[in-house]
Amino acid sequence: MAEVYINAKYVGTVDDPRSFVSDIKDLRRKGTLPDDINIFHNKEVDEIYVMSDEGRARRPLIIVREGKTLLTEKHLEQLKDGELTWVDLVRQGVIEYLDAGEEENALVAYRPEDLTESHTHMEITPGSISGVATALVPFGNYNQSSRLIIGSKNQKQSLGFYAANFHLRMDMDANILHYPQFPIVKTRIHDVTDYEEHPSGQNMVVAVMCYDGYNMEDGVILNKGSIQRGLARSTYFTPVKAEELRYSGGLIDEVAVPDKEVKGYRSERDYRHLEADGIVSPEAFVEEGNVVIGRTSPPRFLSGMDEYNLSGSIRRESSVALKHGEQGIADFVVLTENEEGNKLVQVRLREERVPEIGDKFTSRHGQKGVTGILVPQADAPFSTSGIVPDLIFTPHGISSRMTISHLVELLGGKVGALGGRYVDGTLFESEKAEDLRKELLTLGFREDGTEIFFDGRTGKQMLAKIYVGNMYYLRLRHMVANKMQSRARGPIQLLTRQPTEGKAKEGGLRLGEMEKDTFIAHGASLLLKERFDSDRVTVPVCEKSGLVGYYDARTNKLMSPVYGEDSDISYVEMSYAFKLLLNELISLGIHPKIELEDKY
Amino acid sequence: MKAENAKLVDTYENKLPFSVLEEIKNSVPDSASKENIKTILEETFALYLQAKINPGECVGLVSAESIGEPGTQMTLNTFHFAGVAEMNVTTGLPRIIEIFDCQKTIKTPMMEVYLKDPKIENVKALALKIKETKFSEFVTSYSLNIFEQNLKVTLSRELLDDHGLDVKDMIKALKLKAKGFTMESDDGSLTFIHKGKPEDIKDLYNLKEKLKAVKISGLKGIRQVLPVKRGEEYIVLTSGTNLKEVLEMDEVDATRTICNDMNEVYQVLGLEAARQTVINEVYKVIESQGLNIDIRHIMLVADIMCASGVLRGITRYGVVKEKASVLARASFETPIRHLINAALEGEVDALTSVVENVMINQPVPLGTGLPGLITKLK
Repeated sequence: MAEVYINAKYVGTVDDPRSFVSDIKDLRRKGTLPDDINIFHNKEVDEIYVMSDEGRARRPLIIVREGKTLLTEKHLEQLKDGELTWVDLVRQGVIEYLDAGEEENALVAYRPEDLTESHTHMEITPGSISGVATALVPFGNYNQSSRLIIGSKNQKQSLGFYAANFHLRMDMDANILHYPQFPIVKTRIHDVTDYEEHPSGQNMVVAVMCYDGYNMEDGVILNKGSIQRGLARSTYFTPVKAEELRYSGGLIDEVAVPDKEVKGYRSERDYRHLEADGIVSPEAFVEEGNVVIGRTSPPRFLSGMDEYNLSGSIRRESSVALKHGEQGIADFVVLTENEEGNKLVQVRLREERVPEIGDKFTSRHGQKGVTGILVPQADAPFSTSGIVPDLIFTPHGISSRMTISHLVELLGGKVGALGGRYVDGTLFESEKAEDLRKELLTLGFREDGTEIFFDGRTGKQMLAKIYVGNMYYLRLRHMVANKMQSRARGPIQLLTRQPTEGKAKEGGLRLGEMEKDTFIAHGASLLLKERFDSDRVTVPVCEKSGLVGYYDARTNKLMSPVYGEDSDISYVEMSYAFKLLLNELISLGIHPKIELEDKY
Repeated sequence: MKAENAKLVDTYENKLPFSVLEEIKNSVPDSASKENIKTILEETFALYLQAKINPGECVGLVSAESIGEPGTQMTLNTFHFAGVAEMNVTTGLPRIIEIFDCQKTIKTPMMEVYLKDPKIENVKALALKIKETKFSEFVTSYSLNIFEQNLKVTLSRELLDDHGLDVKDMIKALKLKAKGFTMESDDGSLTFIHKGKPEDIKDLYNLKEKLKAVKISGLKGIRQVLPVKRGEEYIVLTSGTNLKEVLEMDEVDATRTICNDMNEVYQVLGLEAARQTVINEVYKVIESQGLNIDIRHIMLVADIMCASGVLRGITRYGVVKEKASVLARASFETPIRHLINAALEGEVDALTSVVENVMINQPVPLGTGLPGLITKLK
């Protein structure tokens, strides 16, 4: 007697749970019952759960009966000839989907050799242990699992050919790699996912060596010649948007070149790229401060006087200009309207990004690095056959991370490039490293993949033989051009008069509470005072009332807020933040009285 | 040491600390000549001057950083030593917070009771003697008879024997709580009968609950006892504390027995003992975490906690409340309340410490900011 639940709802009991479960399964495989139901017999509590609702993660497995798979050679032939499809196999009951519950009742063989009488299912491929992104790492079974995860995460950040209609799209922060390539060392997933249609890296000649330490601590060295020939070059797209908002009273924004009378008019120079319609001319190079879309807005508050104002309506300037550090070429302009029916102007900016020092690169094995130097081709090391590496990778990256797949890919890439074929690096089913070595030997190279190298600067032969080959390298989206920022003087906040925060606002880097403590701990108190001078003010303080006074320009006199002219007033230096605190105390109803005394 | 040499050492009375002089007196052999003693004293004095902290060095902040930085590596977990015959102890950051905040009730109050005669039998006897035992622990069954309006309690013979008690002792202990009832004792059982006319059955039920909590033996607050071997001798570890009564017991070695609740130590033994408890307990945690902090940093914090003459935690109600500067107090926690109270009292901030001066951007009176001109310009 087992209780039966359908979608977690009790429906009744059955006397023979074993045959009930197998009957349901048979009916499903025959096609009498839909193939998306699953049944699970929990033997511990003797309950049967039938599930048919949505939202269960399920995976396909080959059905096994009496130690033999239902998938036969004949099926495979038919699949190859295109007479059968996946759906047919599911319909025929050769393959079925299991959910987490039914898996508990299944015994799944990992590969055909493991099959016994008691097995119920077999994996379609051993590689199904990993996800799609992880399966893109070639020779992944040579690695620690954590490196595979890092490797698949890195691939998600790589630049490539993300959409063929990119030139019509208005994506935020889109990057397109120039001349993307299909990897020489591929996995089966690359074929299955049509990777050739959207590749995201390039096959580079990689040498594992040091070059004056420019690749220490996960650096990579790039060959300037390769860069100039277009290696890893990309284009960065970013949109600029402006809409004509509607306000109460029938007032509306207007996209146009602003009049000189407009409130907040910038310099004429900033509007110089605008065409008559108030939008930049295509292919114009715009920089920080330049207006991309000219716009004016109606005045904020209509006072009675304005209606009689003869000088006409004074509109506000509300153009969209580039912020600090931004630049680009106006690539594409779209005029449309948004959901509310307002006019919407979108301008896409384009910028070519040539790899430079500080750009991030990675192989597919979690071996990311930042460019340390661009070496002129003439100075770069070269092999006896005259091969100059595109990228130099540090040997110290391997020992601690133990990414053997990185080394095997290098070898496989070399074999593939020399033999003119693709190398298969599918998880658990890859070509054997041994075979690759033998093939390399027949191609006329050293079996271990090393070659004799010479220093490009001195022409001297290097003492060690250098491990060199081809690898699929990815350029990642983190580029210095988007991140670099510095400031000495710059904009300040209105309220506190302290420097602004963040790159877009040309902000400073905060010297925080704990950093302050280190100054004090060193006894460098005068240095500390200097560092905190960013909001220094000198204010007149009334010695009678102890309040901050003011300078009256009309009478050229210092005034006390309480006693007017009848007080001694002295200038005192303090931080503006403290002056603000004094004002806030006054607003609390507290009279903060400053008592002055002679400094010396 | 010869008397004349000792005299020579005493000439340094105002230059070197007493303990250093004592050490010299005790460790220098009698054969040392006058010249030897002289050089020893000179060298010691030079080293002593070197070890002295310079004026304007901000020891407090250095201590704060020295404790704070390794503190970030401390685990938040309290470890449970599964299977080991030790009790669970709060360690790590929660314990450090507990100590520095000087919390009135700590999570795992404990004592280590040393004995004057640490024989294993004595230790076991003491453990049983001090453990707080309630009446309910002796009971094997209660039976409430509704018809006869009585409550019959069966007691465990073994447990009674273990504690060296019999039913008569029980009656003595329960007398106060069982007012209005007569007790009849049988061999290993007690029967309570309502005096006068039988009333509500609830009375009997209430009586049962009341009896459960009656303390039969032991000291109040000591929930658990565990005899353990410490080095060569046996001691008693207790969970729950009652330092005062334990110290009063004859067999207890009062000079070594310790308690980890600094407030209780302060109450029983005074401020100096509490200070030492704070230092020891903090150091224990730091050691158990495998960290290395100079003990003088902890001593400084403990000194600050004791500086006002009573034990205070480093909280806004404790040490911070004692700060002289309004601005410094306001910058810690609840600024508005501090400012308003200061305004009501007309407090004056002399701007003599660190935080205030950072706020108004004036040189901090430490390090390079400390020296100033003494001569006043006219």
